[in-house]
This record gives sequence, structure tokens and C-alpha cells, in this order.
Amino acid sequence: MSIKQISAFVENKPGQLAKFTDVLTQHGIDMRALSLAETEDFGIVRVITDDSYKTACVLKEAGYIFSITPVIAVEIPDIPGGLNKVLHLLNDKGVNIEYTYAFTARKQDTAYMIFRVTDNEAAAEILKDNGICMFDLEDID
Amino acid sequence: MEKRYFQPEAECASREQIRAWQSERLVAQVKRVYENVPYYRNLMIDKGVEPGDIQSADDLYKLPFITKDDLREAYPFGLLGAPLEDCVRIHSTSGTTGKRVVAFYTQSDIDLWDQCCARALVAAGADKSDIVQVAYGYGLFTGGFGLNGGSHKVGCLTIPMSSGNTDRQIEFMCDLGTTILCCTPSYASYLAETITERGLRDKIKLKAGIFGAEAWTEEMRHDIENTLGIKALDIYGLTEITGPGVAYECLAQHGMHINEDHFIAEIINPKTGEVLPYGEKGELVFTCITKQGFPMLRYRTKDICVLNAEPCECGRTFLRMSKPMGRSDDMLIVKGVNVFPSQIETVLLNKGYPANYQIIVSREKHSDILEVNVEMTPEMFSDSLREISSREKELVEALKIMLGIYAKVRLVEPKSIARSEGKAVRIIDKRNLY
Repeated sequence: MSIKQISAFVENKPGQLAKFTDVLTQHGIDMRALSLAETEDFGIVRVITDDSYKTACVLKEAGYIFSITPVIAVEIPDIPGGLNKVLHLLNDKGVNIEYTYAFTARKQDTAYMIFRVTDNEAAAEILKDNGICMFDLEDID
Repeated sequence: MEKRYFQPEAECASREQIRAWQSERLVAQVKRVYENVPYYRNLMIDKGVEPGDIQSADDLYKLPFITKDDLREAYPFGLLGAPLEDCVRIHSTSGTTGKRVVAFYTQSDIDLWDQCCARALVAAGADKSDIVQVAYGYGLFTGGFGLNGGSHKVGCLTIPMSSGNTDRQIEFMCDLGTTILCCTPSYASYLAETITERGLRDKIKLKAGIFGAEAWTEEMRHDIENTLGIKALDIYGLTEITGPGVAYECLAQHGMHINEDHFIAEIINPKTGEVLPYGEKGELVFTCITKQGFPMLRYRTKDICVLNAEPCECGRTFLRMSKPMGRSDDMLIVKGVNVFPSQIETVLLNKGYPANYQIIVSREKHSDILEVNVEMTPEMFSDSLREISSREKELVEALKIMLGIYAKVRLVEPKSIARSEGKAVRIIDKRNLY
């Protein structure tokens, strides 16, 4: 039930993110979600794209250092307490969240969140058991 | 200029007298070392030299050189010149690839070293009424103990502060009325700045400072002198030879007098090993003629400098050496600590990094900053910032253990470290020290 996130190393200086998105643009890769974590010297760009295999290939060719990480993509009802419920479910199972980021898709009244957790299977199971939707890439379109 | 000496009979001896001492002591030292130190004996045999070939200081050039590589090879006891039971202390400094240099001292070595440091203090104007604050590190580093011993010999009240803790340094300086400060020039500069910022300039009684263990410029000297209203003097030394006090500046502030009754200095062409005349620039080589525990004969310091045989207005007859003008190897002195690029390389390789790195040394507000740029690798990378940071922290710790000082690690993009003619530029020293 997980999807593939690609994380790439970029230095924290002007123009680095644009250089990264240039590569994706040149190869017609569509980004579905992006998040950036930064330190003083460098950052990690995390993206979900429409084609993770192709993304990995073009980044490799462009000389990027990157990794592919399975993450879970969760549909969050766009109502007060929507995220809160999901977080409690994970917490009750002792699943730790490393990081998370939100994005929207073409479907209305729904928010999506990417979770990078310690245990994908445990997280997926508890969410599924509680009627929370997770999806593969195709679903986001 | 006020003329004051600790041992005028030596410091102002005639050149003939100094040469006679050197000859007599060298002949005896070579004989003793040949008999007691197999490592030296083998070096001499390899070069076809016997103790009998050394009849005076003029024969010094016949002896083989000894280098840091020999110290590593003979580690730890191979160059011991006296029975271990006669040694009373060690000091230690970094080696080229992590194997440290350990130098042994007999009680007599310590006494003579203390005298050398006492000469430096008296040359800075010290007498027994002075209060000397030693803010060099105490421990394996020679700075603290060396000046501490010298200060005792002069009879000064000695404050063994060691390095760091600026608030306490200034507090003691104000409350006890320190008159002579001993520390690295960059720390002196930092103290001067802090004292000024806190408006304590009128509360201090400093008259002189002895600042060594790292390179500093004339600008820095003027800056410290003006800020604190003191005479700032240089001192030179290295653990292999004894520590600070191998050479010291007098109030004329024009070169450092070498304690020639204990150390014979030569300048050589670092490429050919040929001895150069006084006044020419080359690598400084020292021979210890009175030391027992760790008697270096023709030790190549790798410091590039010039020897000056002109008489000095202070009345001392010892030769003067210029400030080191560079190195004939790639050693860096950062915050008074010797740093070899090979040490950093060793840590990187041990930790599973490729040896693709760049060392950047800069100076901000007279304080050295050491940065190591390391190219990111797939093994090191993770989507988690926490994991990368913890690996980075591990690397910083390992570097600290190896170097003894903090180095900031900066992770950079692969292939981003500049290469010239296929060879990476490993060191960028932005300090313009020489």
C-alpha cells in the first residue's frame, strides 16, 4: 500500500531547487507532491512523481545523489479533526512519524498527506482497519 | 631598551664561546646517541657516518636527517635516548596519520626547558615581581607546562589557567593584576577584544604577552599591542625539540633568538638537503645537544624561515630566526594545533567515506575556523535529515578525536570539489598568514 518517494540531495544555495526541477521538466516528469527539508548547508528535496522509475533514471544521469523510500499516502477528510484522527490511530499503534507533508489533488474536499513512518505495514493495517483511504499513484489523478 | 637577561653568561656569550659549547656538546651527544639508540645508529651506518667523524659543530652536516616519518616508525620508544626509568614526563603532538609523536623528558631536560622559557619571559621584561597568567593548554600540549616552568624559574607568581573559559581568564586578570599573559596570539586577540567590549581596559595591568604556537602577522601584533597597551612577543618551539622556548623574541621584536647553547639551527634546501648560508630562506633543522630523553639530531621541522646572524640591539648574541614563512609539507596550524590533511583523510576512510575532501581554513576575528567539505555519497545519503545529521555528527566526533579540535563538516554535492589537472585541491587557507 506504499508509494515511492524520491529524495535527492541538494546544497543549500540559490538556484539549486530550480536546477532540480529543470531536470524533471526537461524529461516531462510531473510532480504530484514536493517537500523540502533544510539545514544550514544542504537540503533534501522529496518528491512524488508520476513515474518514479523514470525520475530515478534521469536524476542518476544528471549526477544527483538520491534514494527511493516507500511512504504511505493517506486521504484525509477535509474537515476539522480529519488529520487528528489519523495521527491518533498511528500513535495508538506506536507508529512513529519521521516526517509528513500535505498536498492537494484534483478531487475536491479531500486533502492528501504523505507519511514516512517507522513501520509502513503496521501503519497501513491500522489505517485500513479504521476505514482511512490510502492510495497508489493512479488514484491521485 | 631595558636590558635584562635570565642567564647573561649564555645569552650574551661570544660567538666563539657559543660555537665551542656547540662543538663540545654535539660530539658528546652524537657519541651517546650512537651508543644508546639503535635507530640512530642504523641511520648513521646507512649514511656511512661514525661518531668519530663528528669532531666539531662544523661536521654537523655529515649526520643524517631525522623526520616525522622516523618518529612514526620508531614510535613509541625507538628514539628514547635515556633509560625509561630516568624519564619523568612525556608530551605529545599529532603525527601525520594519527600515530602521535611522544617525546620523553628526563628531569634534566625539564630543567633546561624551563630555563629556555625563563629566558623568554625575562626577555619580555619579567622579574620575580611579575604575575604570569599561562593560558596555554596544560596537558600533552607543551605550551602550558613550558611557560609554567619558565615562570617558576624566574620566580614569578604563576597562574596556571590553561586555555579557555574567557570569563574566568579576565576575572583573574583584573582581580590579581596579571602583568604577563602567555597564550596563542588568536586567543590573546580574542581576550583583548572581550576586555575592550566590557570596558575593562583600565582594570588590567598587563605589560607584555608571549604569544606562540601559531602563525600571526605584524598587523595582528599591532592590533593586540594597541588594544591592550602591551608588548606582544613571539615564541617558537615544537614538541619534537622540546616545546616553546626553542627560540624567543626580545623587546627589539625583530626575530626570535634561538637558544643555541641547547639547539643548533641550520637552514637547508628542502629539496636537496644542502645546508644554506645565513640569510637564505629554507627549511629549519634543529639538533638538540643537551637533551637526554628525546635527543633529536638534525630534525627537519618543515618550517620555512631565515636565520639572521646580525648582532641584536638587545645584547643577546644568539642567532635570530624569522617567523616561519610557510611549510615545506602540507601541515596546517589551526588554533595552535598541528593538522595534517592525511589525518583527515584517515578519518574519512575509516568512516567509509571516499577520500574526496577539501579543507578550508579561515580566520574570523582572529580566531581560526576549520571546515572540511565532504562530497555526499549514496551510502551516506538518506531521505531522513535526522539520519544524515547523526552520521555527520559521528564524523565530526571522529575528526575531533583525531585532530583535537572541532572541525565543521559541510556535505557538498558529488563532484563539486574543484579539481585541477585531475588532482583535487585539498587545502584552501584563506588566512594569508605568511
